[in-house]
Amino acid sequence: MTLHVDIRKKLGDFHLEAAFDAGAEPLALLGASGCGKSVTLRCIAGILRPDEGRIALDDHVLFDSAARIDLPPQQRGVGYLFQQYALFPNMTVRGNLLAVLRGKPDREAAAADALRRFRLEAVADLRPRQISGGQQQRCALARILLTDPRMILLDEPLSALDSYLKYQLELELAAVMDDFPGPILWVTHDRGEAWRNCPKVCLLENGKSQGVRPMRELFHAPGTESAARLSGCKNFTPAAKEGGLVRLPDWGVTLDPGRPVAEEVRCVGIRSHTVRPAAEGEKNAIPCAVIRVIDDVFEAIILLRPEGAGLDAAPLRMELPKDAWAALRAPERLTVSVAPEDILLLK
Amino acid sequence: MDWFPLWNSLRIAAISTILIFFLGIAAAYWIAKLPRLLKGVLDVVLTLPLVLPPTVVGYLLLRVLGPRRIIGAWALEAFGVRLVMVWWSAVFAAVAVAFPLMYRTARGAFESFDETLSQSARTLGLPNVWIFWRIRMPYCRQGILAGTVLAFARALGEYGATSMLAGYTPGKTATVSTAVYQLWQTGNDALAFRWVLVNVAISAVFLLTVNLLEDRQRREGRR
Repeated sequence: MTLHVDIRKKLGDFHLEAAFDAGAEPLALLGASGCGKSVTLRCIAGILRPDEGRIALDDHVLFDSAARIDLPPQQRGVGYLFQQYALFPNMTVRGNLLAVLRGKPDREAAAADALRRFRLEAVADLRPRQISGGQQQRCALARILLTDPRMILLDEPLSALDSYLKYQLELELAAVMDDFPGPILWVTHDRGEAWRNCPKVCLLENGKSQGVRPMRELFHAPGTESAARLSGCKNFTPAAKEGGLVRLPDWGVTLDPGRPVAEEVRCVGIRSHTVRPAAEGEKNAIPCAVIRVIDDVFEAIILLRPEGAGLDAAPLRMELPKDAWAALRAPERLTVSVAPEDILLLK
Repeated sequence: MDWFPLWNSLRIAAISTILIFFLGIAAAYWIAKLPRLLKGVLDVVLTLPLVLPPTVVGYLLLRVLGPRRIIGAWALEAFGVRLVMVWWSAVFAAVAVAFPLMYRTARGAFESFDETLSQSARTLGLPNVWIFWRIRMPYCRQGILAGTVLAFARALGEYGATSMLAGYTPGKTATVSTAVYQLWQTGNDALAFRWVLVNVAISAVFLLTVNLLEDRQRREGRR
C-alpha cells in the first residue's frame, strides 16, 4: 500500500506545500518546529482541509480538491497517535478501548484481548491520568490498532518524555510499528529518532517538502545546507570550486574532498566529530588557534579559529573524547584535519 | 398559608432551566465556530439581558409578546393562546434574564476544551454527536453544571421582568418574589415575612446542595 500526498494549504502567513509518497517502510517527516509537520498530518487525517491537492491510499481517494472529494476523519482509516496521546480523560483504560469498538460484536472480548497484548490488564480500570507515560502510549496504540487503520501517523510520539522513558518507549513503539503492514508517517524533529526507526526521510523546510530519500543519504550526502543542518551538522562555511578542490575563503584554506566538485557548490559542512587533530604532513590540514573549550558530559567541545580566518568568520567546532583532548595538554594552537569523505559539499 | 407561589416559582424555574440548558449549550457551541465579527455581535446581543435592568427586558418582551404585537398577535390568531399575563409568561422572562449566565459559563467551559480529544475521537471513527455528549460535555461538566445552577437560581429569583409579563394574580401567576412584594405593599407584613423565610430556606438548601456536589466532584477528581 502506498500513501500519495500532494497538497497545498495557506494558514495566515504560512504556506504548506507537501508532496511525497509513503510505502510500507516508515517514512520520517523531519523538520524544525513550525515547519508544517503537524499541519501535514492533520490534513491527511482530515482534521484540517487543504486548499487544494490530492491525498490517496492506493486507489482509495481521501481528498481530491479537483474531484470535490473530502472524506470525514471517521472514514479515512487513519490511525493518528497524538503527541499527548489524547486519551479520553473521563473514561478508564478499558473504557477508552471499548469506546472505539462501539457497535462491534464481542467488544468486551476484543478489549480484553487488547488489554492483555498491550500489558494493560493491571491498569484497565484506572483513568489515563493515573497511569504512567508508557502505559498511556500503549493504551493509545491499542486504541488505534483496534480500529484497524490502513495507515498510521505518529506526531512527535516521544517528544514529551524524559530520556530514559523515551528510550524504553521508542523500543516498544518500534516493535508495534514493525508489525504494522500499512504506511507509517513518523513526524519528528529528532534526527536520531528518525535514523533509528525510518529507512526513508522527507524533509520539510518552511512548509515545503523536499522529496523522499534514503535516510543514509541525508547524513552522508545531505546536498543542501538546510538538510545538513537538520541532520545535525554544526560547521558551515562558504565555499567555491577551485580546480578539483574547494576553496574556503572565510577560513583561508583549500580542501581536497577526494571527489569531483560540482560548479554549484556554495558551502561546505563539516560534522564536529569528524574534525581530528592532524598527524604530521596529513592532507586537509587546517592550522588553528584554540579560542574556547567547553566541557560537555562525555566529550570536550573545542572552538577553533583557522589561522587564515577573518575575525567575523564562524569558528570551527571540534568534538573530542575527553581523554583524547586531555592528552593534548591544552594547546593554544592546534592543526586539525578532516577526511576527504567527511567534507560535505552543499548547495 | 397558600403554597401556590412556591409551586409556581419552582415549575417556572425548572422549565426555564431545562430550556436554558439546551439553548445555552447550543449557542455556546455554535457561536464559538462563527467568524469573528458575527461572533462579537451575537455575543453582545445574547449577553445584553444580563446587564440590562429586568424592567427593560420585560418591556422589550412585552413589545413582541403582547396580544397586539408581532408574536403575541400571531400566537393568539394561530393557536388562540395569550402569551402574557398567564403563569408560563414568567418562563419567557426567566429564560431571557437567566440565559446569559448559562451561555457565558458554557462558552468558557467549551473554550478550555482540549480539541485534540475531539480530533482523535474523529480519527478513531466515533460519530460527532457521540463525541459531543460523551467526551466534550463530560470534560466541560464543571462549567456546564455551574452555569445550570446559576441559571436556575437566577430564574427562581426573577422579579422585574416576571411582574411585567405575568403580573400578580393570586393562585394563577403569583410567584414567591412577586408575592413578597405584593404582600408587603398591601400591609400583610406577617405573611410577607413568612415568604421571605421560605425564600431564604430554599436558597440556603440550594447552595448547600451545590457545595456538596462540588465537594464530591473534587474528591472524585483526586481519586
